[in-house]
Amino acid sequence: MSEMKFDLIVVGGGPGGYVAAIRASQLGLRTALVEKAQLGGVCLNWGCIPTKALLRSADVLRLIGSAGSFGIEVGPARPDLKAIVKRSRDVAAQLHRGVSGLMKKHRVQVFNGHARLDGPQRLKVSGEQGELSLNAPHIILATGARARVLPGMEPDGKHFWSYRQALVPDSVPKRLVIIGGGAIGIEFASFYHALGAQVSVVEMAERILPVEDHEVSAHVAQALVRDGIRLYTGCALQGSKVEQGAVQLRLEGNSNETLQADVVLVAAGIVGNVEELGLEGTGVKVQHTHVLVDEFCRTGEPGVYAIGDLAGAPWLAHKASHEAVICVEKIAGQNPHPLAPRSVPACTYSHPQVASVGYTEAQARSAGKTLKVGKFPFAANGKAIAMGATEGFVKVVFDADSGELLGAHMVGEEVTEMIQGYTIARGLETTEAELIESILPHPTMSEAMHEAVLAAYERALHC
Amino acid sequence: MAKLLHMPEVSANATHAAIQNWTLKEGDTISAGDCIAEIETEKALVELAAEEDAVLGKILVEPGREVEVGAPIGVLFARGETDVDIAALLAKAGALAAANEPVVDDAPVLQPRAEVAPAIDVHSGRIFASPLARRLAAAKGLDLASLKGSGPNGRIVKRDVEAVAVAAAVAAPTSVSTVDFDEIPHSSMRKTIARRLVESKATVPHFYLDVECRMEPLLALREQVNRTAARKISINDFIVKAAAVALQQVPAMNVTWTETALRRYHQADVCVAVSTESGLITPVVRNADSKALSQISAQVAELAGRARDGRLRPEEYQGGSFTISNLGMFGVEQFSAIINPPHAAILAVGATQQKPVVENGELKVGAVLRCTLSVDHRAVDGALAAQWLAVFKGLMENPLGMLI
Repeated sequence: MSEMKFDLIVVGGGPGGYVAAIRASQLGLRTALVEKAQLGGVCLNWGCIPTKALLRSADVLRLIGSAGSFGIEVGPARPDLKAIVKRSRDVAAQLHRGVSGLMKKHRVQVFNGHARLDGPQRLKVSGEQGELSLNAPHIILATGARARVLPGMEPDGKHFWSYRQALVPDSVPKRLVIIGGGAIGIEFASFYHALGAQVSVVEMAERILPVEDHEVSAHVAQALVRDGIRLYTGCALQGSKVEQGAVQLRLEGNSNETLQADVVLVAAGIVGNVEELGLEGTGVKVQHTHVLVDEFCRTGEPGVYAIGDLAGAPWLAHKASHEAVICVEKIAGQNPHPLAPRSVPACTYSHPQVASVGYTEAQARSAGKTLKVGKFPFAANGKAIAMGATEGFVKVVFDADSGELLGAHMVGEEVTEMIQGYTIARGLETTEAELIESILPHPTMSEAMHEAVLAAYERALHC
Repeated sequence: MAKLLHMPEVSANATHAAIQNWTLKEGDTISAGDCIAEIETEKALVELAAEEDAVLGKILVEPGREVEVGAPIGVLFARGETDVDIAALLAKAGALAAANEPVVDDAPVLQPRAEVAPAIDVHSGRIFASPLARRLAAAKGLDLASLKGSGPNGRIVKRDVEAVAVAAAVAAPTSVSTVDFDEIPHSSMRKTIARRLVESKATVPHFYLDVECRMEPLLALREQVNRTAARKISINDFIVKAAAVALQQVPAMNVTWTETALRRYHQADVCVAVSTESGLITPVVRNADSKALSQISAQVAELAGRARDGRLRPEEYQGGSFTISNLGMFGVEQFSAIINPPHAAILAVGATQQKPVVENGELKVGAVLRCTLSVDHRAVDGALAAQWLAVFKGLMENPLGMLI
């Protein structure tokens, strides 16, 4: 068995792992990356990107459906599920190849196989080509997470799906019940509803998108219900059985109905991939399937680090990538700043879209802050009216004492592309004064972002 | 190899110093021992001599600007050297300064700690701080210049202000609630004023001369002038003009004291003390003797306005040999002022008052202005100061003399 030496080894090739490898290489470290499945990880192959491709098809379908309101006459549009799924897979494949290219460009040596810690500074990799031993003083674990499996609802590709099966359906289920009203559940609800499924969402919390601002949750819930999606919030799952080709789901809580489903999609959280990593007997501590780390992603074992989903919430690709950079820069002796959790934006690509950063109004209030809150509806924005995109609003939360932008919350068309403005503002620590002085282009939907800030200080111009 | 030229500690315990002037210009060849620049502290003027042969590659600090001792003031190139990355050189200097901080790390570190640049740009004096940090610091009464920035390139951010505020709160005594006063932390301007005035009163031997000027002719002339003038001329404008003309007529008075030499000025640059919210500042009216009253009036008004906005450039309040401080508008009859270093004298001006005067043995009512001259005895002796004051009084009492 040969042993190869590196300065740094990354385990896992997702948006945490491959970014860590690139940054390490940029900083002159001899870097290796071990991936047991596909470079790009869940994000690129089975998550963020392929779902966006599917949702784009749903958008196009929806737009064609409303063509008449724009003065365009078209015949009835018919989705071709096979072609929609193929496009989604092609997009993922293209990006997968892109990551492989990036690894070559940055001279990161990629090993295919499963890695586990094998004593200090050592990894054992077992793959198709047999076993080999890799050695490095710094090992970053970025093995990500997977969907939580509910007992009795193990994904079988037939009646029970995880996001994996939901991304490559053979047909659109007639009755789809989604367990979990978080970002993943609501995105799939939007997609399958657009394709004609009768969609129901079951959420234990009292509202869908429970981590978002109350007003955002309420607005999205209203929009989904208006479109014909059924929401069962405040409901626990009492039991399920398959009878005559359909799943019976008994609910308990706000509703005690029994739901009938052809397919149940379980989107009820994720668990960290902590198994088979050789963590036993090391200083690495695991809690609730996640590895405990400090602000620079260091575990309890010297020289072993964990980033991304493996290291806990929020389970977002951009959080993983950011931690990757922090972790590697710290290893390289630079002086990075710890991740600021309240500056990590979150996006849900449902219809309507949701984007947010920082404190919700309720969080800010319970933190004891005095607030200035401003809200501006897209219905009062010229561009939104012209685009036929008046759904939603922009809401901002300021600290009344310091003028700090505590949080921003948006619902509406392409708000996921706009939240970055507030993210940068938060990052630069601008106060309301700089935002008020900023000039936003007219006519754009982003003007609503300016107006919301003005509204917080009782000087909105168009509302 | 290019090297940074640093501000030397020209006098013991001096924390800051200013280049008085660069004797060479960028691109000039230097031989060891050549004087590169003259450095002025409040106590001394010192020649900065080259330690080795070099070329003055780049001047980083313009004359007159005070910088911290040890701050880079220029870049010396080796002879024949071109294409020097000055930014890299400065960044490296920043890294060396930061390297003294302790590094606490468990895992082995592969490279030296990255540079942390200072939050204050040594060239412009600009403090890099986020808007939120500025506002929080202002609310907490913290001086940004006293904070260390931990953001990108040493930018002061919220956490830096909060860290200091928390430390201050911990350090504060717990019984303050019973104390009946507010503590207003010193601004850097306040600190500078305090330091300079203590230094002046403690190290400059002051003596004082008092004089009364009869103001009837000047008041009459002023009324005549103002009847047609677009801009009203104030009594203070006349005083600035009279002081400047007197400085030209008694050039031995137009001096400042330095450790090595008495510096005698060729032009009469008169500073006018302006009170602002944050403190006292003395914008300078250059060549005031040869300026028309209307010009002086306009310039003083303009400088004072910008002084109150805190928008004076250093060259607008540095230099000169003489200060005028006028409290007449508050009804003060007479006071004596502390010399504004490095000036050799300051004239304290009171209010014009109706007073009994004896004229040709008769008691009459006269308009009288009392002025008190504070003089640096190291630079000017009593008789000389008295001679200057007599000329000044003469100009004030026969104001046409200063207009001709």
